[in-house]
Amino acid sequence: MSIEISAKSITPVRLAYGNLQQRFGDKKPASRYQEAVYDIQPTANFQYRPLWDKNHDIYDVSKTAIVMEDWYSFADPRQYYYGSYTIARAKQQEVAEHNFAFVDKRDLFDAVPEAVKQAVRDVLIPLRHVEWAANMNNCQITDECYGSNFSSVAMFNAMDRLGMAQYVTRIGLLLDGNEETTLDAAKQAWMDAPQWQGLRHAIEDMFVLDDWFELMVAQNFVLDGLVFPLLYDRFEKKLTQEGGSTVAMLTEFMDDWYQETVRWTNALAKVTAKESTENQALLSSWVSKWMDRLSIALEPIAIEAFGDDGANELVEVKAELLDRLAKQGVTV
Amino acid sequence: MPAKKLNLRKRYELLTRGMGWETTYQKMDDVFPYDSFEGIKITDWDKWEDPFRLTMDSYWKFQAEKEKKLYAVIDSFAQNNGQTNLACASYLSAIKLFITGVTPLEYGAHRGFAHLGRHFRGDGARIACQMQAIDELRHAQTQVHTISHYNKHFSGLHDPFHQFDRVWYLSVPKSFIEDAMSSGPFEFITSISFAFEYVLTNLLFVPFMSGAAYNGDMATVTFGFSAQSDESRHMTLGLEIIKFMLEQHEDNLPIIQRWMDKHFWRAYRLLGLVAAMQDYMLTNSPMSWKEAWEVYFVENGGALFEDLSRYGLKMPKYHELATAEADHISHQIWSVFCSLGNATGFHTFLPTEEKMAWLSEKYPDTFDKYYRPRFEYWAEQKKAGTFEYQKGLPQLCQVCQIPMVFTEVQTDPMQISYRVTEHGGDKYHFCSDGCKDIFEHEPEKYVQAWLPVHQIYQGNCGGPTLPEVLDWYKFKPEDSGDYIGSKDYHRWQEWKGADKKVKQA
Repeated sequence: MSIEISAKSITPVRLAYGNLQQRFGDKKPASRYQEAVYDIQPTANFQYRPLWDKNHDIYDVSKTAIVMEDWYSFADPRQYYYGSYTIARAKQQEVAEHNFAFVDKRDLFDAVPEAVKQAVRDVLIPLRHVEWAANMNNCQITDECYGSNFSSVAMFNAMDRLGMAQYVTRIGLLLDGNEETTLDAAKQAWMDAPQWQGLRHAIEDMFVLDDWFELMVAQNFVLDGLVFPLLYDRFEKKLTQEGGSTVAMLTEFMDDWYQETVRWTNALAKVTAKESTENQALLSSWVSKWMDRLSIALEPIAIEAFGDDGANELVEVKAELLDRLAKQGVTV
Repeated sequence: MPAKKLNLRKRYELLTRGMGWETTYQKMDDVFPYDSFEGIKITDWDKWEDPFRLTMDSYWKFQAEKEKKLYAVIDSFAQNNGQTNLACASYLSAIKLFITGVTPLEYGAHRGFAHLGRHFRGDGARIACQMQAIDELRHAQTQVHTISHYNKHFSGLHDPFHQFDRVWYLSVPKSFIEDAMSSGPFEFITSISFAFEYVLTNLLFVPFMSGAAYNGDMATVTFGFSAQSDESRHMTLGLEIIKFMLEQHEDNLPIIQRWMDKHFWRAYRLLGLVAAMQDYMLTNSPMSWKEAWEVYFVENGGALFEDLSRYGLKMPKYHELATAEADHISHQIWSVFCSLGNATGFHTFLPTEEKMAWLSEKYPDTFDKYYRPRFEYWAEQKKAGTFEYQKGLPQLCQVCQIPMVFTEVQTDPMQISYRVTEHGGDKYHFCSDGCKDIFEHEPEKYVQAWLPVHQIYQGNCGGPTLPEVLDWYKFKPEDSGDYIGSKDYHRWQEWKGADKKVKQA
């Protein structure tokens, strides 16, 4: 049984903005995602060249070696625009907040073996600097990229990374009853301890990359593709087995985030590789370059995390990543 | 052991500072290559006080709440055909100007702040800029969503972003934002956060949003309320950055003063479009441009600069002229639009008797004397069927790109204000000393300007005839011309019934 409210109906004169009708036809209304991310970025008749870069327009396709016939071929499978993005993250942060409060209130860290806590201090807490760098790199992509679909997805990613750097920081504070000891030690390790230097060196080299798409590959395809499965997934599982399930509660956000993020990086790899053999070759060479560099850099951290199994864990994670990228058409 | 209590300030500091580091494998100057060429000296980035103190978790939480409310209203507006409750469909000219001229500025600000959010050397300043970068993205996207429903029912809203890159009067906002974006990071933030957001934002935001409230535009006014708290954060950032730069080094003062002078004038000229909108496009005007200028610039701006005088910062150059022009610019710019109404993407209309009475009251020294006769003359011509749109294209100012319509208001308000300078053997034309000064300080920048009128004459805009140019703009025949008799007009009559003749008739 249904009830029907009678309402005034007015036939619209068109169903969508012109750019969207051109892309998707004029038969149905555009989605909020489509309205929010397509074609907003200016593409023509730029007024002035940037004072610091006279070789490029303000928005310029030649800022990367990747060539796309249409830079809007890529669509985010999550369909994130600002509203759907913030609403999704607000839900996740509510869970995270609840978990942090629960751990704090019940003093759950008191029951965690000291060895596990130390492993968290040594392996997880320095990752706040890695997330911070990921924030900078995605901000760089937002700045340099071409197209409002890219700037939108990169901006959300940049803010996610800041958020995760803050969650890692809070774990550090929770471990020490809000003393800064752990944070300070992690920074010290990040700056000086030999096991972190390969990674820090690689990340600093990423800061000065010229090509924003190479940075996209290095950061969001390769580095994240190694760090998240290795440290937020496998290492967490190991800690859980050793009595550290409390830690997993506090990194649930990161785990969920990565599962979700892989969806758009996969889609991006696929559409970019499919465009041309030149793109495919570029992506392959970048993946290969950064895979070599970053897996070597991560090895001492894998060993710190897993002991003798470390090298093997890393090899497995690397193989999974290469396999996943190959499925998108990026073979090394 | 009970946990140490962290106060909010300390907690925030730990969550935003100390995650960045002094790079050693790459030089800091290579990691942050753009923050020194402008000559601004920063001795200690740690002195930066974050104006927002928002961690990401609370940002997501607050913003998601706002988004939920906003979209509930937008959905209900569409479901209930809220467009039929407008004061008049002619009001939509303001919304057409907004989505083609203002929404793209939000997007530009998003990218500009992302540039700063990556390239400022100070961690705190970077985060503040990133927050603004994502807020500006929000504004661009929610404006497109808010106005989407109007696009389904009215002309002139269908291709805003294509038009922003091309249309003759939209090069005014385009050149404004691209001027800031092509500058260094400190100049960008002085331009957008301080000169525009802090000093002048009320003159953009209030006329559009109160205008929406006064004219039954529930959708836009809800967006306005929703963006208000973002805007006040942005204003706070504007003041913070100016004080920070001034406190860091005394050598910064003359640079900032020059930027202040330049971007005040740039932003003020851009606001001329808003003045015309406010006084003429709105069916019901909450306040006149002149009143808004008095309150938001003369009073509030005056108090602000008095406060900043302890740093040695003075009121922007030519502010007295801007105040004197407040009696004139809305009438002058609306006249241009009416005389070129066959080439605008929104409808133009002559002020009604009622509107002219309001204008006489609000502009007692100028409206009856200088502008009423012009509108009455055009009205007579329209009645007699002899009215013709201006033939030929107007000359544009090389800097603000507004047609040469401003006059010597301090000496002879009937005399067009016209300045010229030579550079590299060519002559360049300006509407004012303000624009001429800007050019002369950076001629190599402003000679690059993409001036729509020049481009049309050079054949770069679809062809030599007006229909070809309008087609290149993607203006449809029903987008331009008089409101009366337009498609929008007829549709409105159909909804409202012929007995309720709209005010414009």
